[in-house]
Amino acid sequence: MTARWIRWVVGVLCVAVIVGAIYFPILRRRLQAAAKLQQQTAEQARRELTQAVPINPGEPRVKARLFWASGNDDGTLVDSTVELPLSSDPVLRSKQVLNTLLAGPVDADLRTLPPDAVLLAFYLLPDGTAIADFSEPLATATPSGIQSEQMAVDSITRTLEANVPKVQRLKILIHGQEVETLAGHLDLTGTFLVNTKNALMAPGATAPAVAPTTPPNAEKPPAPAPAADKPSPATTPSAKPGSPKRD
Amino acid sequence: MLLDVENIARMKQRACVRNGFRMGALFFLLVSGAVALSFSSSAASQTPPAAPPAQSAAPQALPTTPAPAAPQGLPQTIPPAVPRAGLNVVILDPAHGGTDPGARGTGGIRESEIVLDFAAQVRRALEAQGFQVVQTRQGNEDPSFDDRSAIANAQSGAVFITLHIASTGLPGTARVYVNSDLPASADAGGLIPWDRAQTPFQGLSRKLGDLVQGLLAQRFKGSPSTAQTAAVRQLRTTAAPAIAVEISSVVVENRADLDRMAPGVADAIASGVAAFRPSYVVPTATGGTP
Repeated sequence: MTARWIRWVVGVLCVAVIVGAIYFPILRRRLQAAAKLQQQTAEQARRELTQAVPINPGEPRVKARLFWASGNDDGTLVDSTVELPLSSDPVLRSKQVLNTLLAGPVDADLRTLPPDAVLLAFYLLPDGTAIADFSEPLATATPSGIQSEQMAVDSITRTLEANVPKVQRLKILIHGQEVETLAGHLDLTGTFLVNTKNALMAPGATAPAVAPTTPPNAEKPPAPAPAADKPSPATTPSAKPGSPKRD
Repeated sequence: MLLDVENIARMKQRACVRNGFRMGALFFLLVSGAVALSFSSSAASQTPPAAPPAQSAAPQALPTTPAPAAPQGLPQTIPPAVPRAGLNVVILDPAHGGTDPGARGTGGIRESEIVLDFAAQVRRALEAQGFQVVQTRQGNEDPSFDDRSAIANAQSGAVFITLHIASTGLPGTARVYVNSDLPASADAGGLIPWDRAQTPFQGLSRKLGDLVQGLLAQRFKGSPSTAQTAAVRQLRTTAAPAIAVEISSVVVENRADLDRMAPGVADAIASGVAAFRPSYVVPTATGGTP
């Protein structure tokens, strides 16, 4: 009786092993197929996310001022005027000018930001703090150095200052995360002062505000672009900045 | 024959099953014993409240008058902070190191290696002026930003100079950076928050930076005449007059072009710090500089 019982158990186990051996490769194949599908959708989502904000030709064309390198090799920036149909919504407008800034000037040598870098997201808090989330290449492909990193951040803050008056301060994230430095030197844990005129009257909030460089021989940008900026509901970020990275 | 084989197999099966049961029981006993032991030991260890101080965490606040609180694992012995008046010590920080090469030129020039050579020359020039020099790294190590700052923050009467080679800029020029203005933080009971330790020293840093930059501009044509501001991470947590000196650049074809600059840079820094010595006064906690 016992012997038969054991024989049955062993038999069942053997059958289970055989079924498992047949089923396992099938399962693995199915899992791989599922992973591939997921990867595709993630890639699709990223493409959708990084897609340039469509510029609506119906918007009034305004002269946007974009800051690129002066070409003097001294870390200074000069502004170029580009006619763009900019949105009156500050978030859309910021995305449009930053995407144009990232696209770079006609002369590629005057770029301040790496060509591979893209703006992943842009949020504007009600207090005027903007959060710009850039892709990894902004950190990995910006030349390491105080001057080069400062130029990259300066071109962003001064372009925002000149075109989007609502942005007071800027926090830069890399791929959704707060990082300690841009490329080993420049502090990204705080916020950068964007609107220097208003900031003098109302100093920064909780985060340590960091003023952008003002090289002694660089001219200050005049008043922001003459665009009607009607008030619109500010967007709040869905992604919270992570804690500072420490090594 | 066939039956025999079957019998033997059956016997073996039974033996295996029996042995399996035995082993299982033994295993169960062992596991339950171990669980009971671990429970009793964890209960015993919980009775005294364990509060191990975080060793690696950076101190959250600094006393206004710098106290000798040397952090763990410093690359060299720190001279005891003797409370003497005035400026005595210069902390030299060759940036990067270890796995972080810093800026890299196409000709294979690495920032982390060149700054170490520059530091050696700056050190000699400073010692000739009678300063005690402490380096944040001697070899190819990479202390964290906080570890480097901590060396300066443990000293009284010190200035902090971090040395860099840029990726950009007119070759043969040198720039001095001081930290961007941080808003004065609320007074934390006479303590300076670690993450903005530079705040009370900004006026002094600016003075030191302008002195050094002026001397560099005399030696290296094309360099700016005054110090520039930038949000340099290393300077933010340093509770001392602190400047960053950046030399252009790693893109030079020949390393000798950079090496030629070292004596001039060393001389400008040493003379600048010596000229700064009379104006050095420990600032007050309220964020104002004297």
